[in-house]
Amino acid sequence: MKAKNKNQHQGQEILEGSRAIALTVNNIGPEVVSAYPITPQTHIVEDLAKFKANGQANFEYVRAESEFAAASIVLGASAAGARVYSATSSQGLLLMAEVLYNISGMRLPIVMTCANRAISSPINIWNDHSDAMAVAGSGWLQFFAENHQEAVYQHLLAYKVAEKMNLPALVNVDGFILTHSYEPVAIPNKSLIKKYLPARKLEAGTFLDTNNPVTMGGFFSPNDYLDTRKDICQDFDTSLAIIKKEYLNLKKIFKFKNNGNGLVEYSGAKKPKIILICMGSLAGTIKETLKKYADVGLLKITTFRPFPAEEIKKAIDHCVNIAVIEKAINPGSGGPLYLETKAAIFGHEKINIQNYIAGLGGHDISEKMIAKIIKEMRGRTTNKIKFVN
Amino acid sequence: MQNKKTQEYKKLAPGHNACSGCGQLSAVHAVMRGLTKDTIIANATGCLEVTTTAYPQTSWGLPWIHSLFENASSVASGIQAALKNRGDNNTKVLVQAGDGGTFDIGLGLVSGMWERGENILYICYDTESYSNTGIQASGSTPYGASTTTTPSGAQSIGSNQVKKDMLAIALAHGLKYVAQSAAGFPDDITNKVKKALATPGPSYIQILSPCVPGWGIGYDEAAMMGKLAVKTGLYPLLEYTDGKLSASSINANFKAEPVNSYLKAQSRFKHLGEAEINHIQMLAADNIKKYQI
Repeated sequence: MKAKNKNQHQGQEILEGSRAIALTVNNIGPEVVSAYPITPQTHIVEDLAKFKANGQANFEYVRAESEFAAASIVLGASAAGARVYSATSSQGLLLMAEVLYNISGMRLPIVMTCANRAISSPINIWNDHSDAMAVAGSGWLQFFAENHQEAVYQHLLAYKVAEKMNLPALVNVDGFILTHSYEPVAIPNKSLIKKYLPARKLEAGTFLDTNNPVTMGGFFSPNDYLDTRKDICQDFDTSLAIIKKEYLNLKKIFKFKNNGNGLVEYSGAKKPKIILICMGSLAGTIKETLKKYADVGLLKITTFRPFPAEEIKKAIDHCVNIAVIEKAINPGSGGPLYLETKAAIFGHEKINIQNYIAGLGGHDISEKMIAKIIKEMRGRTTNKIKFVN
Repeated sequence: MQNKKTQEYKKLAPGHNACSGCGQLSAVHAVMRGLTKDTIIANATGCLEVTTTAYPQTSWGLPWIHSLFENASSVASGIQAALKNRGDNNTKVLVQAGDGGTFDIGLGLVSGMWERGENILYICYDTESYSNTGIQASGSTPYGASTTTTPSGAQSIGSNQVKKDMLAIALAHGLKYVAQSAAGFPDDITNKVKKALATPGPSYIQILSPCVPGWGIGYDEAAMMGKLAVKTGLYPLLEYTDGKLSASSINANFKAEPVNSYLKAQSRFKHLGEAEINHIQMLAADNIKKYQI
């Protein structure tokens, strides 16, 4: 279906989020796709399977008998030099955890979508960020999308940075809120994608090749092991600048504008008294709410790994009232985004930073709730973690 | 190590740090003789991976990957898919795993790979225990074997479970080539590998690989133990093509040696009394009956 107002939505179609991601992934041209079904990721992989069945795709679609197998299949294909894709959610991501660490340790540029969903028990199929946060230390780049269009562009960015840095990347899209909703979205065409993202470059001696036999995944003693971890950490640091550069490049080639630099995106008051920090689709709700406020700003974190500490520090500037609103919690500690933000701005003036846990298990976050948070932030805050309901 | 004439690397170079007289490594050499240089290997975690790839060295002259304990079969599927997508029908994909990775932790993933019907040869080096972690019992551990998690004692005969029938599981997946062999029969192993690779679709070869420390045998006894396992009927050489038993070391001329000769030579069985030995003799008799062709 074409959008009615052609001037406003040039080249856009009204698409389900999952369909937008599947079309984009197909245009990116993976050689091997493998996945295991889990709500709310299913529509993405069903669409890809359909493209393949209809002769509209060039990849091998390998049916996996578990997420553990799916992650291992794309691992093997990537090690053999292929560009690969997978998608999962929640329990599936956790089942993959062992493989995820292995993939990053082997420096394979695998890209996967995570349709973010709560973790059992109690079982719940709706959105929050507990799944992605559980693998925050697995050595994967992590992007969070606000809407369909951002999800589309983040998949391009993810492949670009992953293949440049030999690091895997997870693109997080809020389950149902993005995967099952319809929005106007422009799908980048193949030729433009090729310009931004040419075929995966393979250096001899870095993949499984009978003409140049290599041993991958050997046994490392303590000294050598430590060196590999150090290498990954250094490359994560380097990738901060690469993400910014490639996001700029992405904007140029695909001709779009926003306040973001690929790592963070600030919007709202120029000299804010309060800054709200969040990730994912929640940014949309907050942006709507902030239209009524002249002194509140929003800092949306689009890249969670590597964590953009310097960008956050810069964006906060002299604002001393910070509310981190997030969809995950480490029991006995705090919200992961809050903890990392706090660490990033440590020593920064007399900062008042408050953690709001919201939207767990798909709990609705309304504009009213955001307004209430802003009201609270104007008074004395307790610095205790607050659950928003 | 590269051969100056052929420019080919030796598939498995010496210098690895497996135990002297390791039954598995001798079986691996026999497997390698059945391969061409156009082979990619996916290896599970285990002795073979640990002893051949201590960074920065490697014994492998073929492209070789180790990911995790349980997923070598899925990794192989991914490699196969990548080859297929680029139109490479020539390169063979081989999985190597131990009995722990095959019978236990990796069984679901092995089943998934077989269901997909991909052209992958899976080799299980069966040491009948978790050799690499210190001889704990696996689903392959035979009745009566003392392991570190099924120790024999005043109230224990060692493992009281029966060895899982992996060959039957492979056959139930409709594999066109399923075989069993043992260290001590290198030509049999090499021939079976060649036959498996010539058969389209997935295939499975299980090779009894006597473990020097695990079985409590001498450094020069692994091949002999493989031979005795076959001669007693406890671990016959077998071959199934298209689901039918097509060759077996047990035939009309087969004269079984008593299992005692096999059991008494290994410390894992030395605690067994007459009743248990008789039971194991019965298991051998069952095999002889089952596989006679």
